[in-house]
Amino acid sequence: MRKELLKSSKVGRRPISDKIFRIGATAAGVYVLVMIVFLTFQLISESYPIWEENGLSFITKTEWNAVEGREDFGVLPYIFGTLVTSALAMAIGVPLSIGIAMFISDAPAKIGGPLGFLVELLAAVPSVIYGLWGLFVFRVYFVDWVEKPLHDAFGDSIWIFSGNPFGLDILTASVILAIMIIPTVSAVSREVMKAVPQQQKEAAYMLGATKWEMFKLAVFPYSKTGLIGASILGLGRAVGETMAVTMLIGNATGINAITSSFFKPSQTMSSIIANEFVEASPASLHLPALIGVALVLLIIAICINVVAHILVTRMLKVKEGAINN
Amino acid sequence: MTTTQQRRLEYRALFKQNVGKRLAVDKAVRIIIFSCVIIAIIPLGSILVEVFKNGITAISYEFLTEVPGSIGSGEGGIGPAIQGTLIIIGLSSMIGVPIGVMSGIFLSEYGDNQLARTIRFFNDVFMEFPSIVLGIFAFLMIVLILGHFSVWAGAFALSLIMFPIVARTTEESLKMVPVTYREAGTALGLKKWVITFRIVISGAKSGMITGILLSVSRIGGETAPLIMTILGSSQFFSSMDVPMDALPLRIWRLSLLPYDSAQLQGWGAALVLIIIILGINLGVRYYFANKKGSIFGRLIKQGVSGKK
Repeated sequence: MRKELLKSSKVGRRPISDKIFRIGATAAGVYVLVMIVFLTFQLISESYPIWEENGLSFITKTEWNAVEGREDFGVLPYIFGTLVTSALAMAIGVPLSIGIAMFISDAPAKIGGPLGFLVELLAAVPSVIYGLWGLFVFRVYFVDWVEKPLHDAFGDSIWIFSGNPFGLDILTASVILAIMIIPTVSAVSREVMKAVPQQQKEAAYMLGATKWEMFKLAVFPYSKTGLIGASILGLGRAVGETMAVTMLIGNATGINAITSSFFKPSQTMSSIIANEFVEASPASLHLPALIGVALVLLIIAICINVVAHILVTRMLKVKEGAINN
Repeated sequence: MTTTQQRRLEYRALFKQNVGKRLAVDKAVRIIIFSCVIIAIIPLGSILVEVFKNGITAISYEFLTEVPGSIGSGEGGIGPAIQGTLIIIGLSSMIGVPIGVMSGIFLSEYGDNQLARTIRFFNDVFMEFPSIVLGIFAFLMIVLILGHFSVWAGAFALSLIMFPIVARTTEESLKMVPVTYREAGTALGLKKWVITFRIVISGAKSGMITGILLSVSRIGGETAPLIMTILGSSQFFSSMDVPMDALPLRIWRLSLLPYDSAQLQGWGAALVLIIIILGINLGVRYYFANKKGSIFGRLIKQGVSGKK
């Protein structure tokens, strides 16, 4: 009896339930690839009419007119808005984030831990609440304390500070974006700085370096790639961010969105979608145009994120190698 | 050449001058870095203070349970929005969690090949997709085909945001379970799926729950994908095929209205939303991070929401 049982059990062969389990797990893993393919296909096929109508000039045109019979769409102003706000947000947010990362990576765990936690809480606050706060609280102070003095001091001489500051403009939106990317950039930078081998830091101290010189000598050269990656990751966040920007950028359309002043309203790719998507009728060119905007946005975001991920993972792999040696 | 006393003094003076400058620079940098931290904390403090200060005056029993009144009247409440947020979180978890968990199991248990490396990479990239694009995707896949706004579309869009986060955290926590546990299971002659579900997952439970709840707190505040999928409404939930309300959507719509009363209601809704989201977020982190002897404390402290 017992011998028979042993014989009949298929030694060395996988039971059928395990095969099903493996197939199920693989299917769930592949789901993300399927979704990416579907998503890209859907965006391309649904925005096809606008490409057919305009060709690649859709990207370079500046008109935006949804009135029936006079429809004319171009995405350039929104690419401009997205790039300018994101670049400004990076210029403000990245130095702050790297400063925070330096502080936290260097502080004793008792101070660094809770501080890092507080900064991460910034990431947990929903985007729409940033928008609400920016609209009713931050904007009021920002106009009085920053924009008006800047305008009074440089308004006549420097063109980016011309225009009457009202608060619903590129600069306000960028500052809010900067606050929103701080948690991402500082968390990744912190990881990257922690990856610097302790011996390198000690060697710098041994040469008599002060703390700042230690960072300059040992940490920055070593973690440069990772820090750039972290910043680009923040850029990816900033490019895709929707609600807070929509509420603060003032929502100019078409050629008006290209402005030379920081104190004028503009529009980003994500905010034009959020503002107009529901009103767009599927029968006209309006909806394909907005989907085309989404496609352009997606392509920009994917490029940014792929570059960032490659840089950060390469950096963190180097770290593993260094520790194992 | 022997160093004379005079030279020695000269060197000392030079050294002092040099060191003084360097120390001054060092001190200046320290101050700058510290002020960076302060600058980052101020907005967080201000947001919390303003939301609580303004929101608390709007909160009442009627505000939390009633449907919105006519526009600008300042009457009514956000009952449908709270209900809608809970429904949409539940539904998207129903779709997103199983897929995310299975995907995490695949990455951790069968994750030593090229396919898994590809999936891991695209998982990370997908996590950073602009949420509004995912909303449009759900709109094209469901709303356009059905011909009407649908709660399912919203749930689908949010599940797309959710599952990569869950997959990522599941993978990380499963990998922390020692390989000897799995070997012990194999030695007992258990099947692989029994080992995974009964032994590995029960060991990695707290890490996985953390990941799931953090992803819930993330999608709870998402607005952009909901605009084109569930649209927003001022009625309580009646069917899956009509527009529904959600807190972030309600806050956005209220903030667009030019009335003070609407603004106040917006703050009230923001307070409810922030209590839900920070409640989940803080609760999970505090509970699991302080659990003694938990190997997942480290994972949680380093931030599980995909920022590694």
